[in-house]
Amino acid sequence: MPSLGADMEAGTLVEWKVAPGDRVRRGDIVAVVETQKGAIEIEIFEAGVVRELAVAPGSRVPVGALLALVGTEGAMQTPAPAAVAPIGPQPAVSLPSASPPPAPQPLAGARPLRTTPAARRRAGALGIALDGLRGTGVDGAICLADLPAGAPPRRGGFDPLGMRKAIAAAMGRSKREIPHYYLSQTVDLAPALERIERLNAGRSPPERLLPAAIMLRAAALAVAETPELNGFWGEDGFRPGDGVHVGWAVALRGGGLVAPAIRHADRMPLDALMTAMRDLVARARGGGLRGSELTDATITVTSLGDRGAESVLPIIHPPQVAILGFGRIVERPWVVGGTVVPRRVATLTLAGDHRASDGHRGGLLLARIDALLQRPETL
Amino acid sequence: MTRDETVALVADILSGIAPEADLSALPGDADLREALDLDSMDIVNFVAALHERTGRPIPEADTPKLLTLDGVVAYFEADAR
Amino acid sequence: MSGVPARITYREACRQAIRAAILADPRVFLMGEDVGRYGGCYAVTKGLLEELGEERIRDTPLSESAFVGAGIGAAMAGMRPIVEVMTCNFSLLALDQIVNNAATIPHMSGGQFAVPLVLRMATGAGRQLAAQHSHSLEGWFAHIPGLRILAPATVEDARHMLAPALADPNPVLIFEHIMLYNMEGELDPAVQGVDIAKARIRRPGRDVTLITYGGSLFKTLAAADALAVEGIQAEVIDLRVLRPLDTATIIESITRTRRVVIVDEGWRSGSLSAEVAMRIVEEAFFELDAPIRRVCSREVPIPYAAHLEQAALPQAEAIAAAARGLVRPAR
Repeated sequence: MPSLGADMEAGTLVEWKVAPGDRVRRGDIVAVVETQKGAIEIEIFEAGVVRELAVAPGSRVPVGALLALVGTEGAMQTPAPAAVAPIGPQPAVSLPSASPPPAPQPLAGARPLRTTPAARRRAGALGIALDGLRGTGVDGAICLADLPAGAPPRRGGFDPLGMRKAIAAAMGRSKREIPHYYLSQTVDLAPALERIERLNAGRSPPERLLPAAIMLRAAALAVAETPELNGFWGEDGFRPGDGVHVGWAVALRGGGLVAPAIRHADRMPLDALMTAMRDLVARARGGGLRGSELTDATITVTSLGDRGAESVLPIIHPPQVAILGFGRIVERPWVVGGTVVPRRVATLTLAGDHRASDGHRGGLLLARIDALLQRPETL
Repeated sequence: MTRDETVALVADILSGIAPEADLSALPGDADLREALDLDSMDIVNFVAALHERTGRPIPEADTPKLLTLDGVVAYFEADAR
Repeated sequence: MSGVPARITYREACRQAIRAAILADPRVFLMGEDVGRYGGCYAVTKGLLEELGEERIRDTPLSESAFVGAGIGAAMAGMRPIVEVMTCNFSLLALDQIVNNAATIPHMSGGQFAVPLVLRMATGAGRQLAAQHSHSLEGWFAHIPGLRILAPATVEDARHMLAPALADPNPVLIFEHIMLYNMEGELDPAVQGVDIAKARIRRPGRDVTLITYGGSLFKTLAAADALAVEGIQAEVIDLRVLRPLDTATIIESITRTRRVVIVDEGWRSGSLSAEVAMRIVEEAFFELDAPIRRVCSREVPIPYAAHLEQAALPQAEAIAAAARGLVRPAR
């Protein structure tokens, strides 16, 4: 049972997605586990063949306990624990073995999932999961008519009480252990918003961008240049992240929030970022977040949206070392070239872990985000 | 579209965004964002779904007209003429 | 003219258009092979020489390059020539004049010379004229910047597209499908003109969009009728203008129907149908709820034998089958 957050002690196995004998590859979803953050899809980190499922659905399993055995290629006789990654140098040239491993076989009964572009887009926009749907379109593709008409099927929604407890534990620990410093800067958003408006003008509604996308893009690019604020604090001190994996804070209906990671957000162009944000929001609210998304984030970004407060003094999500906040976009008097003009601005805030970085670094990060937002054509 | 058709469409779309929403209890001029706690992503998805389901183009500048039930009804009535 | 819609043939509509244009503007004249004494190889200009005289209706030698070139020169010098090429198959003899001169001179002269030339030609198959007189080459010309390519399919377009074509300062090519000349349609006297920029929805529908033009329009409408009996509502778009393409009308339709069949009597490879399909993919990929299908001519020189000729061309049954396969795929 993987740990899906610093405060997770156990999870309930809801469903197996594989059976003994199935071949799995790194990243495949093998199980669904109910946690305080809702039903989470568990990925496997090793290729091989499922040998044994050690736990039945419905069981509550402590973190670290055995869930299943997976036989790796070449070690089929000695089952290895599922979640251990192979370590050590690989031979530069692999010699042909006496019995070459069999070619990957598709899972029994599995057909390639075909989905028409229109159905894929609507499903994405409405957070409808495609697997399990029957395709009646051309060549068996899932088409618009195959999507459920109304609400998307929701898988094991989160438990509000459990989530409250999880937030209480994480935030309590943060405030006890992390010496926060706070910085803020008001940013002129006119150029960035004008760019978004220009891009949106020629686009149909499903392809439009939100202002949050360009803010997130600027933040991710600036964080990539400020490694001291991107990573984790542990017993051995600061450990930088292996990429800029931005946790995007998503408020859940009825209370609570979750900040799943957008991996390598700094490498994603605007459109890809917007797609990732949509997808995360849909899955955070409808079920279907993956385990790695709950643990990979190296920094968190929260945007208060168009009905939020003007600024936020955010609390760092341990073991991360920084969190950025964007306040509501407001029109304010602003001095441009010696003249006061009405201008759309937002207050950008940073909470940093003073054990890992100093306010000077944090200030440079905010200045860099500001500078990027003044040249939105580069974003 | 008639008012009933539009209201049914809005209810269907919102059932996927805010499942607990009860449109029958909602005044026609109530701001959907306030009444149903919708954020900007919800609104984008709402407008996208209106476009998807009706096939009608909706310029971004028209989004503010679609933030109340009456507004949506008027928008698609006007469009039909 | 009476206020009652008149039923006339497409041929008669072409004739009225030419006659009206010549009477309306002293700069307009018609020239081509057999357009005068013979009355045109498809009898479009019958009687016009007698009525309008040799200055305005000019028979030319059998040299497409020479008389198309003369037309370009006349246009540059201020005339408004209508040049008829018997069939688009013969236009290849004038390809250098059309592509290297007519299409480029306004550009290469920096706009100092306009080429307000209208080139009419017959296109298409169906009358057992065999492989050298039956091809549909309009898609080739639609490749060339500097040309506007029209394909009137209705009596109304045949009657009214010529005037705006002559008013265009750039060369305009009009392709008249040979199977349309005998077709009759109603000409509404209330309609005094048409645009040469937009596609038209000839039949509205919600389930699938059938895109076509020219000689294939009526086969496509017949297919839509057959589909309607089965409960499938097909929308039929007549492109009318092959260059520049009116993609807005196409995209708008597909945003509603999400399925599309393109019908083109040209061959499929490297064709206008390929261009239309690619525009759809570029601009409306996410609107599509099914693969794009095409019904085009078989990739052979058009056969002489009647049954083989018909088998080589797009037919209503094949169009309906393609549409049916998208709306109600076999399970």
